[in-house]
Amino acid sequence: MSGKTLYDKLWEDHVVYTEDDGSSLIYIDCHLIHEVTSPQAFEGLRLASRKPWRQSRNLAVADHNVPTTDRDKGIADPVSRLQVETLDKNCTEFGITEFGMADARQGIVHVVGPEQGVTLPGMTIVCGDSHTSTHGASGALAFGIGTSEVEHVLATQCLVQKKAKNLLIKVNGQVGKGVTAKDIVLAIIGKIGTAGGNGYTIEFAGEAIRALSMEGRMTICNMAIEAGARAGLVAVDDVTIDYYRNRPYSPKGNDWFMAERLWQQLYSDADAVFDKVMQLDAALIKPQVTWGTSPELVVAVDETVPDPALEPDAVKRQGMMRALEYMGLQAGQAITDITLDKVFIGSCTNSRIEDLRAAAVVVEGKKVAANIKQALVVPGSGLVKRQAEDEGLDKLFVDAGFEWREPGCSMCLAMNADRLEEGERCASTSNRNFEGRQGYGGRTHLVSPAMAAAAAIAGHFVDVSSLEGAAV
Amino acid sequence: MKAFTKITSLIVPLDRANVDTDAIIPKQFLKSIRRAGFGPYLFDEWRYLDQGEPDMDCTNRPLNKDFVLNKPEYQGAEILLARENFGCGSSREHAPWALEDFGFRAIIAPSFADIFYNNCFKNGLLPIILAAELVDGLFNEISAGYKLTVDLETQKIVTPDGREMGFDIDGNRKYRLLNGLDDIALSLLYADKIKAYEAERAKRAPWLFVD
Ligand code: SF4
Repeated sequence: MSGKTLYDKLWEDHVVYTEDDGSSLIYIDCHLIHEVTSPQAFEGLRLASRKPWRQSRNLAVADHNVPTTDRDKGIADPVSRLQVETLDKNCTEFGITEFGMADARQGIVHVVGPEQGVTLPGMTIVCGDSHTSTHGASGALAFGIGTSEVEHVLATQCLVQKKAKNLLIKVNGQVGKGVTAKDIVLAIIGKIGTAGGNGYTIEFAGEAIRALSMEGRMTICNMAIEAGARAGLVAVDDVTIDYYRNRPYSPKGNDWFMAERLWQQLYSDADAVFDKVMQLDAALIKPQVTWGTSPELVVAVDETVPDPALEPDAVKRQGMMRALEYMGLQAGQAITDITLDKVFIGSCTNSRIEDLRAAAVVVEGKKVAANIKQALVVPGSGLVKRQAEDEGLDKLFVDAGFEWREPGCSMCLAMNADRLEEGERCASTSNRNFEGRQGYGGRTHLVSPAMAAAAAIAGHFVDVSSLEGAAV
Repeated sequence: MKAFTKITSLIVPLDRANVDTDAIIPKQFLKSIRRAGFGPYLFDEWRYLDQGEPDMDCTNRPLNKDFVLNKPEYQGAEILLARENFGCGSSREHAPWALEDFGFRAIIAPSFADIFYNNCFKNGLLPIILAAELVDGLFNEISAGYKLTVDLETQKIVTPDGREMGFDIDGNRKYRLLNGLDDIALSLLYADKIKAYEAERAKRAPWLFVD
């Protein structure tokens, strides 16, 4: 009998019951809640007179709608305010822990979970948010769910699921200078497409993945959903275990040693069989820039905007043409000739301390280019913000002409006041470049934090790998 | 949840691949704390020429006449025909809520994004996966007044000239949809099994049970 994949192990460990048709009731260890996808779920509980199955397994934090300036003045937009207040009310009513807007621990739900040790290796973790895949970086089975499922988890601590297939993506060798986790994952999506991972759980492995910090692994798993996979995984190793030591909610004392022993089993057996395997050579990956309105429309920074005329598939060709039109770009244009209006460093993909450090190194002692109307740095959580300030990163950003903001989703999806105006072009460290994502008519180019920082200074895209002293 | 058995209806061809949930229902509408009323804002950025805001009255907004949903011949359609990877992007259930509230009951595409596919079933919407050639065929043959029958019981789509195309659907989902059953009530039938699982797991991972 062949061995098990990491996904097989995590799955089997959480099956409560399996029906004849293969659909299973899966136990959920941790449920993260935010204000956008939960109101209707709590309403459903109330209407059915149901209570949360286990209050302590839920953590709520408002992130999508919160303002990133003048926190003490509250939320100006009444609709946003109502949604955040509704979360506060629901958490009080149902006895669920919430990090409120004034709490130093508040931040983007996917940054807060690992940072607090609320999400741990070996867990099943869900949230009404597709980027829940982020938490798979810890060797946990983590995926996004819809609001009906939020209600289902609240009421039963379980979900009805069918097991996905196993996809192994191996990134062999080491990346070159200036190439980050973001570039690796964008290159993967460029290769397999936004539907390439549909129906799979992706395990990211190989030397280049092992060499990443937890932050980098989170960036990779965060975008597994952009490759169509609900969940991404990285096996547990010392990096994982060291990361979780002494986190506020991590197990303590004897529990810690027990946990450590259990977590050390969280890898795919050498003889495990994957339904599909894909290999990439890390050394060939260059800093990536998306040029279209889907994350798969991506090229290396030293390339040019692709020509739809060369695309044989008619549906794809049409999509490329539409993307070029929306993005206001010409086929054949050099990526480094694309000038920008705004720069956004933040989101659950790239707002952790390591991301801010990588960007800060690039901007240190320089000034944001005159054509950049706004350059934002939005830390992923209050604690990331505090740490960055302790390290003096905020000063480097502010001196260079960036705005240093309060934590939240911010311009990643523009539900608060931070957004692009029609036609504005942005270098963004977020995860989606869909039409209108960062504001109606806004044009998004997805890049790494170092690439975004370098673009802010130059006013157009530049290849960070060619910069003197650029972050590695 | 509304049960789904069989419908015969007009079908709207939305000829784009990778239609994401941001396009299906733009984020500004996610601020609502209600579950109903998203229909008027379905595909808001494509359907209207101005910028939509939550709670806006849509009756006098300028329509994009070129957008297929606005064409007179497709008014009242309950079936949407789409291309690959329909519903990709965010997990927002507002997307199926908007489609359902608008009046759609079934969506036919060569493939769907996983979370969206799953969310449809929670909301009485039937997502049908059909081979790309068959979907292509439908795109080519739809004309004014073209009506399709979708029969969930027999898992068949029937064209106006009587051709039948079968589709696959997971038995459990079919049963729930045919009967309009609430998932939570069904899962709670296993409450004892959930408790037994917790007791056993608490021995292996006690730190997850220090409430
Ligand atoms: S930062 Fe962006 S992608 Fe992440 S949870 Fe917030 S809105 Fe979603």
